[in-house]
Amino acid sequence: MSAVPETAPPAPQRTMRRLEPAAIAGVMSREVANFRTYWRGTTFSSVLEPLVYLLAFGLGLSATLVDEVEGVPYIQFVGTGMVATAVIFSSALPAMFGTFVKHRFQNTYEAILAAPVDVEELVSAEMLWIATRSAVYGCVPLVVTFFWGLDPAWGMLLVPLFAFVTALGFAGFGVAMAATVAKIDQFNYVTALFVTPLFLVAGTFFPINGLPQFWQDVAQVNPLHQLVELVRGGAFGFEPWDLARFAFLVAFAFATWRIAIRQMSNRLIL
Amino acid sequence: MGAIELNGVVKRFGPITAVNGLDLDVPEGICLGLLGPNGAGKSTTMRMLTGQAIADEGEMRVLGYELPVQSKPARAEMGVVPQLDNLDVDVTVEDNLAVYARLYRVKDVAGAVDRALDLARLRGRRRDAVDKLSGGMRRRLLLARGLVHEPRLVLLDEPTVGLDPQIRTELWTLIGELKARGTTILMSTHYIEEAERLSDEVAVMHQGRIISRGNPAHLIAEHAGTHTAEVYAPPQRLTELRASAEGAGLRVRPAGPAIAIVGSETAAEGVVPTDAVVRAATLEDVFVLLTGEEAE
Repeated sequence: MSAVPETAPPAPQRTMRRLEPAAIAGVMSREVANFRTYWRGTTFSSVLEPLVYLLAFGLGLSATLVDEVEGVPYIQFVGTGMVATAVIFSSALPAMFGTFVKHRFQNTYEAILAAPVDVEELVSAEMLWIATRSAVYGCVPLVVTFFWGLDPAWGMLLVPLFAFVTALGFAGFGVAMAATVAKIDQFNYVTALFVTPLFLVAGTFFPINGLPQFWQDVAQVNPLHQLVELVRGGAFGFEPWDLARFAFLVAFAFATWRIAIRQMSNRLIL
Repeated sequence: MGAIELNGVVKRFGPITAVNGLDLDVPEGICLGLLGPNGAGKSTTMRMLTGQAIADEGEMRVLGYELPVQSKPARAEMGVVPQLDNLDVDVTVEDNLAVYARLYRVKDVAGAVDRALDLARLRGRRRDAVDKLSGGMRRRLLLARGLVHEPRLVLLDEPTVGLDPQIRTELWTLIGELKARGTTILMSTHYIEEAERLSDEVAVMHQGRIISRGNPAHLIAEHAGTHTAEVYAPPQRLTELRASAEGAGLRVRPAGPAIAIVGSETAAEGVVPTDAVVRAATLEDVFVLLTGEEAE
């Protein structure tokens, strides 16, 4: 019998895939652990801010200048539109500032990426978490508007989904911006050039068909406007092209997801 | 198979070459101290090992995985203790550990958290927020977080930088326990004492490459002989003594307000002044001679 040379067996080679749910869940569990420590303040501001707008514009203007818009009581017109406002303010802004702070000041991403987590998984988890939160906060104005006579409708059950998909897109936008700017002050440009104009030409406070043609055209590519129309569709009746609006929001979310991953990879992997 | 095998690794940042043809082989089960001054390329090397920097040239293998392609499974089997404290300060001690146990795909998260708490001696503080802990406790937690999944290889990036001596000693005790368990450790540091106490082997890194390597005693014997004579005197006299010693073929290095004549045991009579303080040669002598930098 010939002697068999003893050699150490090779170490088992572990294989790991892209976009592993365990990695995404792990990153989200970090967000949940942190959220438990600050949810009161964030929820307070995320709920109060759209309420203030709703009361100021909805009640203020409907009592003095505007009674109805497109056959809908003005407070209900604004209340349904405010879903979009709540969504952008609870997705784009936390994504921008949160991502920047975690990267530059807390070195959180350095620790996460030292674990078996890729930038793609990190960005996806951050976007999913922000969008989940935002979908909840986004429904608050709608619920509040019930107290001003808005009748519940089956279509409203889709509002959290519409809000979630739109928030995904704006979370991706925020993450991409955080990975692009050099200093936190530069978010002022982002807010002034993108967030505020998108908010104003969304059709929240007035129908966009009263705007000059250029701004009407801009509104058609504004995801917030699509969300406003979808929420009103859910409340007052859908239109056939609402499906196209939803497809537009899905495409927006997908595009910002890929851009955010690319920008974050450039920033985090040297 | 070595735990870490780097061959001809180069990493450039624009015009700066941070790592310049690095060859490094770390066998399993040892603690290798990567000793070098600031800017030597230690942190960049650590970043490349965790897939957060991609080498421009060369080959890298960690635990049998080829980097950067197989970086993810490699990271699953290594633990990293970063230079900077990046704990989630508002979150409890146990939640900090549990999050990373999940990120490392640990099946028994609660068990892993308990083990890590024991290691960090923080079982009694498990429900406290991190910002309620002392500096030493936070560093112990940071170390435990990097070990929560019981890795085969641990990267310690300047583990005690900026800490006071008491906390540093606490950390050294923990790292010593880790060594005793046979975990492979790569530890970057610019503290001579840390490298000397904890490392089985020391690799001196300078300008992006390893310029000397061996166990501390061998490095000292090879580069610094057995004795060093330190002379404290006014600057003018130090200049004269330096010239005299170098003229006699000895190597001299600055040592704060003094000069250190390295390998003084080989000096001819009269070269080392009688008022010199003769001591055993140290790793610090080697470090300063090789890198030209003052040690910390």
